[in-house]
Amino acid sequence: MGYKVVVDFDLCESNAICMGVAPEVFEVRDDDFLYVLQEHPSEELRPKVEEAVQRCPKQAISIEDE
Amino acid sequence: MRDIVIVGASIAGFSAAAELRAQGHDGAIHLVGEEPVRTYERPPLSKGVLGGEDPTTTEWAAARDDDLDLDWLVGERAVGLDVGGRTVELATGESLPYDGLVIATGASPRRLPGHRDRAGLHLLRSLDDCLGLRADLDAGPERVVVVGAGFIGGEVAATCRLRGHEVTVVEPLSQPLERVLGPTIGAAVADVHRAAGVDLRLGTGVDAVLGDDHVEGVRTTDGAVIEADLVVVGIGVVPNTAWLDGSGLAVEDGIRCDATTLVAPGITAAGDVASWDSPRYGRLRIEHWDNAVDMGRAAGRRLLASDEGAEVYDPVPWFWSDQHDVRVQVAGRPTLPDQGGDLVVVDGAIGDDRFVALYGRDGQVTGALGWNWPAKTVRYRMALEQGLGWDEAISAASP
Ligand SMILES: Cc1cc2nc3c(=O)[nH]c(=O)nc-3n(C[C@H](O)[C@H](O)[C@H](O)COP(=O)(O)OP(=O)(O)OC[C@H]3O[C@@H](n4cnc5c(N)ncnc54)[C@H](O)[C@@H]3O)c2cc1C
Ligand code: SF4
Repeated sequence: MGYKVVVDFDLCESNAICMGVAPEVFEVRDDDFLYVLQEHPSEELRPKVEEAVQRCPKQAISIEDE
Repeated sequence: MRDIVIVGASIAGFSAAAELRAQGHDGAIHLVGEEPVRTYERPPLSKGVLGGEDPTTTEWAAARDDDLDLDWLVGERAVGLDVGGRTVELATGESLPYDGLVIATGASPRRLPGHRDRAGLHLLRSLDDCLGLRADLDAGPERVVVVGAGFIGGEVAATCRLRGHEVTVVEPLSQPLERVLGPTIGAAVADVHRAAGVDLRLGTGVDAVLGDDHVEGVRTTDGAVIEADLVVVGIGVVPNTAWLDGSGLAVEDGIRCDATTLVAPGITAAGDVASWDSPRYGRLRIEHWDNAVDMGRAAGRRLLASDEGAEVYDPVPWFWSDQHDVRVQVAGRPTLPDQGGDLVVVDGAIGDDRFVALYGRDGQVTGALGWNWPAKTVRYRMALEQGLGWDEAISAASP
C-alpha cells in the first residue's frame, strides 16, 4: 500500500520546516513557494514525511494512504 | 509501561502523546491540561487572531483525532508530584497513578514588579488572554502601550498598527531583541517598527503602571508619563514548575533533564518548561514552537526507550517571528558581539526586502538569520546540523 503527500496550500506559509526534515520531498524555492518534489515517496521516506506532518506549524501537510 | 500521564496539554504534551502512539504504545495516555481546551496554536495569538481572524482556526487538528485514543483531562490542574509513589496530584484532590510521566507545563508570562490586575492591563499567553485583549482593542483605545519589544511585544505592536491603533513600545534595551539577535539586527527591527508608525521608546523601562481600576498609562524609568487606555506587558516568560515544588526533582530555570530529555527514571520533559544538556550548546531551555514539537516527540520516545538505546536530543533550534511585513527566521544559537561573535550579511543587504545574515564565533557559524527568506534560511539550518565553518560559509556565499 502506497501513500500520497498532500499539502493544503491555503494553510502553508512557506516557512520550509518540512524541507529541513525531508528535503527529498519538500522544497521551498527562491520564489517563496513550496514544491512537493515527490507526491508518492518511498516507504523508506515515510517516517520523515510523518515527522514533517507533525512539525509543520500550520498543519498543512497530510498523508493519504492509497 | 501501561499508564502514561502527560502534564500540560499544549503542543509539547500533545506531540509526546502522538509520538507515543506512533511508536506503538497501546496503554492509556492521560493528558492533563489546566486550560479548558485541547491543544491549539499559540503563535497566531499575537498575529492573525489578535488581528481579527477566527479563533477556531488555531485548533490543532491532530489533537481532535479520536483514533489516537487519548484521555483528555482538560480543565484539570496538577498541584503535586509524588516521585516515589508515581502519582500526580490534581487540584481536585484526585491522584493519578502513572508508569511513565511527561512534564510539559510550558511557561507563563512574567509580570512587572508590583503587578496588580486591573481593567486594560494585559498579558498574552493563552487563547483567553488573546480574546480578552482583542475585545479591548475592538473598543477602540486611544493609545496602546506595549511594555517590552521582544518577540511578543513586537508582534503585538505590529498587529495593533495593522488594526490602526496608536502604539508606543517601551523597551529598556537600546535596540529591540538586542539580547537575542544583537544590536545590528535589532536596529533593523527598530527601523521596521518606526516605518510602520510605532512610537518606539528605547533605553527606558516601565517604572509603574498608572490607574486604579482601569489603566491610565505608564510611567517610565526616566520619569515620563505615557497615557494609554490599554497596556500589554510582554517581558518574557517563566517556566511553570511550581507544581513540582517538594517533588525532589531538580528545578533550575525549568525542570532539568539530561541530554535524552530524561528527568528521572520514568519521567521525561519537553518544551518551554524543560532545560536540558545539549551536547551542541550546553544547558539550554528554548521557548519556541518547533522545539516544543520536536522535544515533545523525543520525550515520548524516551519513555519507551532503554537507557542504552536512548537517543540524544540535540537539534539545531529554529524559530520565527512575524512583525509588520517581516518574517524573521532564526536557526542555531546566534553569538552576539559581547560574546565575541561576528555578524556578516551573506545574501542581500540590511534594508532590502530580504536578506540573510550569519552569526559566528571561533571559526564556526553559530546561527543564521533570514529576513523574509525561508528558502535560504532552511539551507543554512541544514548545513548547521552538519557543522558549518565560517570561512567556508562566507566564501560559498560570495559570488
Ligand atoms: C502569543 C504567542 C506567540 C508566539 N509566537 C511564536 C512564534 O511566532 N514562533 C515560535 O517559534 N514560537 C512562538 N511562541 C512560543 C510557542 O507558542 C511556545 O514555545 C509553545 O507554545 C511551547 O509549548 P509547550 O507545550 O512547551 O508549553 P505551553 O504552550 O506553554 O503549554 C503548557 C500547557 O500546560 C498547562 N499547564 C501549566 N501548568 C499546569 C499544571 N500545573 N497542570 C496542568 N496543566 C498545566 C498550561 O495551561 C498550558 O496549556 C508564541 C507564544 C505566544 C504566547
Ligand atoms: S512546514 Fe508546513 S507551512 Fe512550512 S513550508 Fe512546509 S508545508 Fe508549508
